[in-house]
Amino acid sequence: MEITEREPLLKVTGLVKHFPITQGLLRRQVGTVRAVDGIDFTVLPGETLGIVGESGCGKSTTVRLIVRLLEPTGGRIEFEGRDITHLSRGAMRPLRKDIQPIFQDPYSSLNPRHTVGTIVGAPFRLQKVETEHGVKDAVQELLELCGLSPEHYNRYPHEFSGGQRQRIGVARALALQPKMIVADEPVSALDVSIQAQVINLLDDLQKELGLTYVIVAHDLSVIRHVSDKVAVMYLGKVVEIGGRDSLYAGPMHPYTVALMSAIPVPDPRRRVKRERIVLTGEVPSPANPPPACRFHTRCWKAQKICRQLEPPLRELKPGHFVACHFPENLPASAEADSGAADRGPGARLREEGGGARGGWAPPHPGWCRTPRAGRDEGAALITRAGRSRHALCHRLVWN
Amino acid sequence: MRRKSHKRQPPVASVNSTETRSRPEPASFLDVRELRIHFDTDDGLLRAVDGVSFELEQGRTLGIVGESGSGKTVTSLGIMGLHRSRRARISGEIWLDGEELLSAAPERIRQLRGQKMAMVFQDPMSALHPFYTVGAQITEAYQAHHPKTDRRTARDRAVEMLNRVGIPRADQRVDDYPHQFSGGMRQRALIAMALINDPSLLIADEPTTALDVTVQAQILDLIRDLQQEFGSAVILITHDLGVVAELAHDILVMYAGKCVEKGPATKLFTAPEHPYTWGLLGSMPRVDRAPQERLLSIPGNPPSLIRLPQGCAFHPRCPFADRNGEKSFTEVPELTGASDPGHQVACHLPPEERRRIFAHDVAPRL
Ligand SMILES: Nc1ncnc2c1ncn2[C@@H]1O[C@H](COP(=O)(O)OP(=O)(O)O)[C@@H](O)[C@H]1O
Ligand SMILES: Nc1ncnc2c1ncn2[C@@H]1O[C@H](COP(=O)(O)OP(=O)(O)O)[C@@H](O)[C@H]1O
Ligand code: SF4
Ligand code: SF4
Ligand SMILES: [Mg+2]
Ligand SMILES: [Mg+2]
Repeated sequence: MEITEREPLLKVTGLVKHFPITQGLLRRQVGTVRAVDGIDFTVLPGETLGIVGESGCGKSTTVRLIVRLLEPTGGRIEFEGRDITHLSRGAMRPLRKDIQPIFQDPYSSLNPRHTVGTIVGAPFRLQKVETEHGVKDAVQELLELCGLSPEHYNRYPHEFSGGQRQRIGVARALALQPKMIVADEPVSALDVSIQAQVINLLDDLQKELGLTYVIVAHDLSVIRHVSDKVAVMYLGKVVEIGGRDSLYAGPMHPYTVALMSAIPVPDPRRRVKRERIVLTGEVPSPANPPPACRFHTRCWKAQKICRQLEPPLRELKPGHFVACHFPENLPASAEADSGAADRGPGARLREEGGGARGGWAPPHPGWCRTPRAGRDEGAALITRAGRSRHALCHRLVWN
Repeated sequence: MRRKSHKRQPPVASVNSTETRSRPEPASFLDVRELRIHFDTDDGLLRAVDGVSFELEQGRTLGIVGESGSGKTVTSLGIMGLHRSRRARISGEIWLDGEELLSAAPERIRQLRGQKMAMVFQDPMSALHPFYTVGAQITEAYQAHHPKTDRRTARDRAVEMLNRVGIPRADQRVDDYPHQFSGGMRQRALIAMALINDPSLLIADEPTTALDVTVQAQILDLIRDLQQEFGSAVILITHDLGVVAELAHDILVMYAGKCVEKGPATKLFTAPEHPYTWGLLGSMPRVDRAPQERLLSIPGNPPSLIRLPQGCAFHPRCPFADRNGEKSFTEVPELTGASDPGHQVACHLPPEERRRIFAHDVAPRL
């Protein structure tokens, strides 16, 4: 394990954002969307934190909180050790140049009536930053850095393809030499070939400029490629966070395990062998999240305690935190201290003979429930592509 | 207006296609021959599909992949007979179960559509009418081809189908409006609607692109199960190679309106021979391998279909274009047989060289 004594560049503690649901002319509040509901993480300088999860899990809200486009309902955001949670607009201004956002949609985030030069040069003017050889020179340099040509200075966004527009977005974000870039789905609107160009560009810029990234994406393959550390979000909570390799080699939260088993793998030879945990139903509404463990309505390992007690985020491997009463892929040592043994049979399940990928342990036959009619959220099904949904369960024994 | 033949000579007549042209009776369930779909636009003739041929049997899945704008959707709409614009010029032949569609009467196509062939679109919201309940729309799709059934029976059939595609409480949800469904459920409802008349050809155009990975997995499983159950022929269109690898038996790679490589799925993933296919494979980060240092990617952007580059349309983006003398810049490469039967590639590089480049320069970086 790498020992890191560096101070985090960004530290988020207990961050909360609730949106009121209002009704009627008087906009009476009738409920609350718990979009982000108490999350913690840190990002070290030069590191990339990837955030994944299904849509509606609060990823974009998290990004907007970090770049302070939204006012947090609770919790704390520290940047370089300084509390910036409730800084006023004015006080935030000098910090704006250190933390720059990039958004998903390169089409709508660029003003169509402005030239590329105006768009990329805007931060200089807004922040009243002096440049050595004038704004135009600086902008043209940025365009070149991002793989565009200096001649693009006088063109309009519609003259560019999606990938080029995202490069313009990156150039704009880099204008003021930020320390950190927070990117919300920066490549998901792009074709895979163009996506690769933009990912490579972000990689190069990080190496060259020592940037720190927070990158949000719903694509787990992209997140693995770009991240050093990965946070998995579910319904406003971080359910698992850890080093990229640790998390992808041995995901511990059942939700992460299910997400990973759903990634389509570009290798047709694997499909016959692949086993997959198909989550039934969809993410419940964050206006009315399930109590205790929010994943229990879709989790095949759910026990009584999961519906009663919220599992805390605990460090079960070095630097790898999980919020689950019955985690998967437990290291042998962690199992003893996790106290899982007294929590029911789930924790003691072991897989016989290793799984097809990553070696996660599928559940006991008794848990291979089929979804009940009458509920949107059901239990999970284990499928083996093209074969009986229960075939897998035979490989399991009690410990 | 549909034109049966097109003035323009096909730029390439591969050995294969001359053969199929002279063969009167199609051997396959679906046999698309030299399909061309061009549009008259204000800027000039746009060659959206330019001589695409493929065959597909029942019970098999063909994956069509390529960047956006490569002509995938236009191809599928062409098969469904949905290009009604007077600006569309269509030529070639489309044989479905022994019947040629491009020369068939419009009423006949309407009859076949929804019954013998059906399509699922990427965006289920635009394919479902917001003012009618999901059930009403599915029921209507059924009654259109079963005019003698009463509403009750048709509705029961709709509920049964919604159940089959995994909509919980289908008997109640059948009366919901599309906006009351989540994205994944709308896609399921569309699949139910497409399958209600038990079509023998199902075209799914980016059916999971707008969905989360977990829902995508459910939909792909559903399509696979339904195909096994009903034995339909499926065309799966996507830009995601991971998705085709999950389902397709055969794969056709499109670039700028042309097929640049096609063959059995296993071949295309393990021994692809076209530089564009290499680029597509190299562009995707893979979770089934050690993390790549750097993605291979494809430089540049897809060309304009109105002003295609001379010679091989891929040459401005191809790192190997100058290895063939002037050929890549002047001559359109023909689709010819590669090392394995059923595997075809359109590239001027000599076959041995393609295999050498893939083995030495490309494969290690995937
Ligand atoms: N301004 C807002 N007002 C009310 N609800 C919101 C607002 N922004 C987001 N939400 C809700 O918060 C939840 C999380 O949304 P978001 O952060 O966009 O998720 P993600 O980016 O993971 O898809 C969703 O249920 C969304 O509808
Ligand atoms: N009705 C139409 N008229 C003119 N051009 C069209 C029409 N439909 C599609 N196109 C063009 O045909 C090309 C191929 O489009 P499409 O088949 O939708 O690509 P794909 O599905 O591979 O992303 C695009 O350049 C598109 O703009
Ligand atoms: S096992 Fe229990 S605590 Fe863990 S994810 Fe499932 S429901 Fe939540
Ligand atoms: S024909 Fe030439 S330009 Fe086209 S793919 Fe082959 S090598 Fe590249
Ligand atoms: Mg989002
Ligand atoms: Mg399309």
